[in-house]
Amino acid sequence: MTSTLAEPTGSPAAWPDTYGDEAKPRMGFFTDTTVCIGCKACEVACKEWNLIPEDGLVWTGESYDNTSHLNANTWRHVAFVEQRKPLHLRDGETATLDGAGGPEPLRWLMESDVCKHCTHAGCLDVCPTGSLFRTEFGTVVVQEDICNGCGYCVPACPFGVLDKRELPRSPDDAPLSLPLLGKEADGRVWKCTLCYDRLKGGHEPACAKACPTDSIQFGELDELRERAQKRLQKLEQEGWNGPRLYGADPDDGVGGFGAFFLLLDEPEVYGLPPDPVVPTKHLPRLWASTALAAAAVAVGVAAAFLGGAE
Amino acid sequence: MTDRTPIEQSQAMSDGRPAGTVDWKGSVTELGSRMDSYYGRPIVKEPVWQPEIPFYFWTGGIAGASSVLHGVARLTGNHRLAKSSLLIGAVADIASPLLLVSDLGRPERFLNMFRVFKVTSPMSVGSWILALSSGASATAALLELSGKLRPVKWAAEVVSALSGPPLATYTGALIANTAIPVWSEARDELPWLFGASSAATAGAAAALATPLEAAGPARRAAVAGSAVALGLTELMEHRLGMVGEVYKQGEAGRFGRIAKAATASGAALLAARGRRSRAATVAGGALVLAGELALRWSVFKAGFQSARDPRYVVVTQKERLRARKEASP
Repeated sequence: MTSTLAEPTGSPAAWPDTYGDEAKPRMGFFTDTTVCIGCKACEVACKEWNLIPEDGLVWTGESYDNTSHLNANTWRHVAFVEQRKPLHLRDGETATLDGAGGPEPLRWLMESDVCKHCTHAGCLDVCPTGSLFRTEFGTVVVQEDICNGCGYCVPACPFGVLDKRELPRSPDDAPLSLPLLGKEADGRVWKCTLCYDRLKGGHEPACAKACPTDSIQFGELDELRERAQKRLQKLEQEGWNGPRLYGADPDDGVGGFGAFFLLLDEPEVYGLPPDPVVPTKHLPRLWASTALAAAAVAVGVAAAFLGGAE
Repeated sequence: MTDRTPIEQSQAMSDGRPAGTVDWKGSVTELGSRMDSYYGRPIVKEPVWQPEIPFYFWTGGIAGASSVLHGVARLTGNHRLAKSSLLIGAVADIASPLLLVSDLGRPERFLNMFRVFKVTSPMSVGSWILALSSGASATAALLELSGKLRPVKWAAEVVSALSGPPLATYTGALIANTAIPVWSEARDELPWLFGASSAATAGAAAALATPLEAAGPARRAAVAGSAVALGLTELMEHRLGMVGEVYKQGEAGRFGRIAKAATASGAALLAARGRRSRAATVAGGALVLAGELALRWSVFKAGFQSARDPRYVVVTQKERLRARKEASP
């Protein structure tokens, strides 16, 4: 675990060494948003395969998006952004709102968001039970038989991926079991497992399998990064407006994502943080400061005795 | 219209007014201008912690500094103060794990906290500290009341006194070690603020429960702890800048104002009249205890408010990116 306390190293802590012969190549997703058509097959396939409960049937009025964000019951989330910007724009070219004399300033960005399976994962670092762990594929998974619902991983994730599953009580719940189950019927945190069970069986994750345009590509991370670089170069040559890779850099604040993206605008446009940093990066200094503060409490309270008993 | 900058153009667009020719290459998101977000939705999640947690920050603080107060009182022969702070600390130390277990989504699995010891998780380290402190304080208090097994009691008192200070400060590290801007950016202050608050509350509680002629150290700890906590609150809010504005707003602001008023008046009362007047000690001690409870609530609520607005995440991180770019062009 200590390697996560150092500067990012580019490989996930305690992996693959701890797996010995069972270690596998690091697997991940490359989500190319330029070919996403917003069909939400990934959301549905994920729900079906992972038996995720329904989490509210609502109309948000936010384009075609009705799931809004990743949470305990949404592990793939398709974002829809309607923009008054042109899809293609060559160097030196300008656009007008009415499209006169240039490209039409209208595009529809769609992006299937997912857990990033960070190289330096804040959720994994802070989990006090060891429920969150690094698999032999280099992915980050919650062991639901161990999670006690402490909730520390929820605010520790720079992307707001993890959440506690809250289910309404059902009239069928045994009355005696209610106090033992805490306040909710579930009470544990849930997130994308990168279909750990399917990977174990040699299959690709359900979302990637269902994606009809190969916007979600699954594979060995090193290979995906190479493929993404080539795709980025092609888009730049073709004059797309604003293509960039997000999370493909092993030197970023979380050591690179296991599931990274090709975006067409700033990350925050899609609801993603522009410069995510794993909280534990600052922990060595924070621990030193905490120890000093503890010593100061001891010394300070002891000093209060200098004036005598009265 | 061409004299407008891209930022002004984008503002005009977001207002629904027409704009003229714009170079759309690249980003129009800059500090101090209209910020892009995904329908204004949060980027980081609000904590899922319940009201038990700020109450625990308070009881854990009382328990932590009470152990020290008790230990030093024992060493200096102030046995009346030693006994009252031991008992107060033990009650707080027993209440603390109950609050924490009650907050769990699966309380029946609370023992899973002790499957591992992880230095990367302040909650893991804190669970072990609390287990140690709680067990030692409860043992010492029971043996004090029953008057049996003196050597065991002394050993328990030593363990309790040593585990007290980290118990008082680790909760600050716990919330600072998150992605919540108002907590994370205050990582240099939070352990110190919580430590000072801990000394203030332990002192105030012991001053309430000890005869005036033995309560001097407790009273001084309460006054000094309050003063440091008040100063650190100001420093933290000032240094946080834009991110710290949640301490002026909503529930965090309301609790913060109560905290400052109650702590300051309580500490002043203790300092001015606490030495002679029992009534002033009771009133002052109660005000400090209430004020510091409000402080814990203010910090707790500030985290929720900070997570709710994506601005705090985006502006902080954009600023960091800009600074890094300037440092290495």
